[in-house]
Amino acid sequence: MEPCKVTHNSETHHNEPFIRKYIFSVDHKIIGLQYGITSLLFLFFGFCLILIMRWQLAYPEEPVPIVGSLLGGGGILLPEIYNSLGAMHGTIMIFLGVVPLAVGAFGNYFIPLQIGAPDMAFPKLNMASYWSYFIGGVIMVGSFFTPDGPARSGWTSYPPLADIEVGQTIWLIGMVFLITSSLLGSINVITTIIQLRAPGLTWMRLPFFIWSQFVTAFLLLLAFPPLEAAAVLQLMDRLVGTSFFLPSGLIISGEQLAVSGGGSPLLWQHLFWFLAHPEVYVLILPAMGIVGEVIANNTRKPLWGYKSMVYGVVFLGFMSFIVWAHHMFITGMGTAMSSFFQTTTMIISIPSIIILSAMFISLWGGSIRFNTPMLFALAFLPMFGIGGLTGLPLGLAAADIHLHDTYYVIGHFHYVVAPGTIFALFAGIYYWFPKMTGRKMSELLGKLHFWPSLIFMNGIFMPMFIQGLAGVSRRLWDGGLEYAHASGVLQWNEFMSVSAWLLGLAQIPFIINVIYSIKNGEKVGRNPWESTTLEWVAPSPPLPHVNFEKIPQVYHSPYEYSVPDREKDFTPQNEPIKE
Amino acid sequence: MEIPYTIEERPDTGLINSKIGIWLFLASEVMLFGGLFSAYVFLRLGAPDGAFHEWGQVLNVPLATLNTLLLISSSVTMVMSWASLKMNNFKQHKIYMALTLLCATGFLVIKYFEYSAKFHHGLFPATNTFLAIYFTLTGLHVLHIIGGMIVIGYFLGPGSRMWATEPEHFINRIETVGLYWHFVDLVWIFLFPVLYLL
Repeated sequence: MEPCKVTHNSETHHNEPFIRKYIFSVDHKIIGLQYGITSLLFLFFGFCLILIMRWQLAYPEEPVPIVGSLLGGGGILLPEIYNSLGAMHGTIMIFLGVVPLAVGAFGNYFIPLQIGAPDMAFPKLNMASYWSYFIGGVIMVGSFFTPDGPARSGWTSYPPLADIEVGQTIWLIGMVFLITSSLLGSINVITTIIQLRAPGLTWMRLPFFIWSQFVTAFLLLLAFPPLEAAAVLQLMDRLVGTSFFLPSGLIISGEQLAVSGGGSPLLWQHLFWFLAHPEVYVLILPAMGIVGEVIANNTRKPLWGYKSMVYGVVFLGFMSFIVWAHHMFITGMGTAMSSFFQTTTMIISIPSIIILSAMFISLWGGSIRFNTPMLFALAFLPMFGIGGLTGLPLGLAAADIHLHDTYYVIGHFHYVVAPGTIFALFAGIYYWFPKMTGRKMSELLGKLHFWPSLIFMNGIFMPMFIQGLAGVSRRLWDGGLEYAHASGVLQWNEFMSVSAWLLGLAQIPFIINVIYSIKNGEKVGRNPWESTTLEWVAPSPPLPHVNFEKIPQVYHSPYEYSVPDREKDFTPQNEPIKE
Repeated sequence: MEIPYTIEERPDTGLINSKIGIWLFLASEVMLFGGLFSAYVFLRLGAPDGAFHEWGQVLNVPLATLNTLLLISSSVTMVMSWASLKMNNFKQHKIYMALTLLCATGFLVIKYFEYSAKFHHGLFPATNTFLAIYFTLTGLHVLHIIGGMIVIGYFLGPGSRMWATEPEHFINRIETVGLYWHFVDLVWIFLFPVLYLL
């Protein structure tokens, strides 16, 4: 691309009308920001839902303060509303919060920049993807204002309950939009990475973040359609009266349900978990990618074992398609099936451990800069480690029979996603904020955000292991008040709830930091972290629509930090190596 | 701004963007129909012995055979329309595109008579699990046919203006549409024996 042409283009685009530039934009950076802002708002909303639920768990049947009047029932959180909030917390956090932030925002904004491309391969599809996500989100939130309220059958929507409970139809329609959005997004990501790499950027020169996004996109592309199929079948069950998921002779409230029967609730579980297990890796892989970037940059060392990490992430993606039934050990699907799936589950832990170990070893001997992004990235390692290791007993059928559906499971996957993925996403926001705005975020406020968040995250989720090992079910409206076996661990409920509310307060410095730093942060140049990857070659913020003044030429691998006998301790990918 | 490799191929991959895009889309479609076919297998195995075969007797095999022939012909005309462009014969291209659209319309008309005959005899998706999966699979397939017809119709009408300005780009687009159309036909080639003959 000729430099003169670029100038011409950026000038014309400055004159774009507001609606074309910021609302229906086809620029990957604007779309990335749209995704980012929307998904952060959804994360906050989903978090608020759980803060309300935690009141009921800590102080059962006492009126909820502040928002109690919205809930009806004299301010007490009634069981059916508790179920709704639980289902919507899961749905919103996963499908409207974390995935759009990790893939839609970070993927959209930084994939073209890191591979030296002017935009995504299909800019219009990109816009369609965001707006499809937005409509899906509006439908999900809108369901709170319908007479029946939102879905109540958990984010997993298991039938027969989901087939007959109110509020589910609107959830399914919302999901169809979200699935369409991720389909369009993943086609775009894969095509972009295959086709638009800058000259010289070969596969083994790609930053680890790109590899993680590449594998993630394949998971989204291939795992979501079976859920779409399942959603279509459940819609048929609800609207047309078919019996895909309803067995013969089902009795509800003492009366036999008037359907033909012959269906199977297990069919839903298979189709659902065929999506939802790869979905777990959709949540974690981009996080690993971000942490890899931040660690290499702040240890001033290459990532240790870059190639094994790449092979690990590809193998992980492949294996994630054949572990789904480890969520179904107690459904009675048989010991042969259980044996197969616990074997594959043990195998899939190997690449995760390879990646995590490689990142730990990367720290060895580095002169580490403890800035805010690095603190979050460093915290990710043990937090994800705890999440991963506590998953092993759940992957073995014998141990899972005891632990299934207890708070142990909640503790396990929240360690992976909350102090794991969300910490990595925070690391990404602090790390790339200068690229998006041209200004750094405040270090002081960043540390005020990090330390309380780390403490309170553990305050919430660590006691869940204790409760879960005691056998407390995760689905109890009163937090286990009526069960003798829970009586020894009930005192933790209040502790966890207070931690959750304090975690909410700990996000205030972050919100202030973002708003303050956009206009008043320390001004920085193109490459404030002295990084090697291509996004730092572009101006901050990158030029509208074209990113770079001139598409860079790549000469070497992504993490050439502290190479002996060079003038400076980092060599950007677009700088030739002088011998 | 111009996105590279929309018209000319990238040298090291030998592909244009849209071709990768459509193949990825078709891969996800395979997973969508794959999920539904698995549901079919699951339900068939769970049904009483021979029940699926018996429930399937109500379907009209001759009409479905005719439909199969129509769709196969439409695939052939679709290829011919692309080949005509390659041979720089725009008029012939238009004729073949129109024939494709005609075959697809014929398919939908026959499908309409099939569906309404079922409803007339009191056979609905809620009747049994075979009819449930039959209506779901064929219904979703019909939606795919209609989607394809809209796109073909667009390229027969306003979309064809591109031929005058960017012939290479236009040929690529027709090829992409063709890939989708062949996939939709292929789905029917699986649906026909599985639903009507087994």
